[in-house]
Amino acid sequence: MSERKITLEVLRYRPEIESEPVFQSYRVPCQEEWVVLDALNYIKDNLDRTLSYRWSCHMAVCGSCSVVINDNPMLSCKAFLRDLPDHIRVEPLHNFPIERDLMVELDDFMAKLKSVKPYLIPKQPVAEEDGTYRQSSMQLKKYKPFAMCINCMACYAVCPQYGLNEGFVGPAAMALAHRYNTDSRDQGRRAREDVVASNDGIWECTFVGACSDVCPKNVDPAAAIQQTKIASTVDYFTDLLMPGKKANR
Amino acid sequence: MTHQPYVRPMPASWWMRQGRYMRYMIREVTCLFIGLHAFVLLIGTYRLSQGREAFEAFLTALWSPAGQLMSTAILVMAVIHSVTWFNLTPKAMPVWIGDKQVPDWVIVAAHYGGWAVVSIVVLILAGRLS
Repeated sequence: MSERKITLEVLRYRPEIESEPVFQSYRVPCQEEWVVLDALNYIKDNLDRTLSYRWSCHMAVCGSCSVVINDNPMLSCKAFLRDLPDHIRVEPLHNFPIERDLMVELDDFMAKLKSVKPYLIPKQPVAEEDGTYRQSSMQLKKYKPFAMCINCMACYAVCPQYGLNEGFVGPAAMALAHRYNTDSRDQGRRAREDVVASNDGIWECTFVGACSDVCPKNVDPAAAIQQTKIASTVDYFTDLLMPGKKANR
Repeated sequence: MTHQPYVRPMPASWWMRQGRYMRYMIREVTCLFIGLHAFVLLIGTYRLSQGREAFEAFLTALWSPAGQLMSTAILVMAVIHSVTWFNLTPKAMPVWIGDKQVPDWVIVAAHYGGWAVVSIVVLILAGRLS
């Protein structure tokens, strides 16, 4: 069988050379089992050492190799060339400032992740001598799908609300907040409320749903946000009608 | 190494870039027609308060070609609105029975069922079903 050759059109941005990003094409001989990341590695090793991009695990676990492939954000280590046409366009994630070539700035995302307090906030910490926190499989089942996020930021790249308003806390961070809010060991909903239930939090989401379409781990951030909207509305009316109940959450 | 991050502008035509954005925009636009329908109902109520003649003039206007065109557009948009939102309800309202999550289709079907029941009740009240 003759070797397949693909054209990889890669968006380049080298601030010391280009004032704005430009596409550069590479012809890459590829093998049947290759993913887009393999083709990028081929370019780096054989054609152009100056190409910059992030990657680490090559097995859809670390979330660092996400790029936009033919207008869809995905993990380049999970995008098989056999499923793609001979002409592939690779860009850095949309909605983020481009640092260099396929690498984007992570600062805003990291700050937002931190802002939702993504850790257990128990009402009363369990003392070491009391053993570990107990949780049933049923309680685990409730939040587990939302705990699978690998911070690849594909959901932010496809979210028009984040593109239009940089202040939007965004899908992954709010899915993570929901993951902790629904964890039976956690009582931190009140502590996360200022960020999550704010105008730049859940209420900035207009349920486009694209975040859930592109998530490589099937996290469904759109569902997390809508469920948080309902919980937050219930909280609001509970506070309004039964002020005494506030202390219970 | 030069640090000069480049921010790509988001064009006003972003929603035409992908089918999923187009479908979202169509869903959102249907709200305007729901609003228009509510406005027509308000006008009808106001005309009713002005007496029989005024209300009959309102009904005549509704049955005019322009009125029929508007009502048809509202009906089509209301159907798109209902179907798209019904299909999204399982995401917002997952239902658990014991340790089992109710399948999405059951939640969607319950909404269609409710829609059918309300429609039948309205038709009976309007004397269109005996």
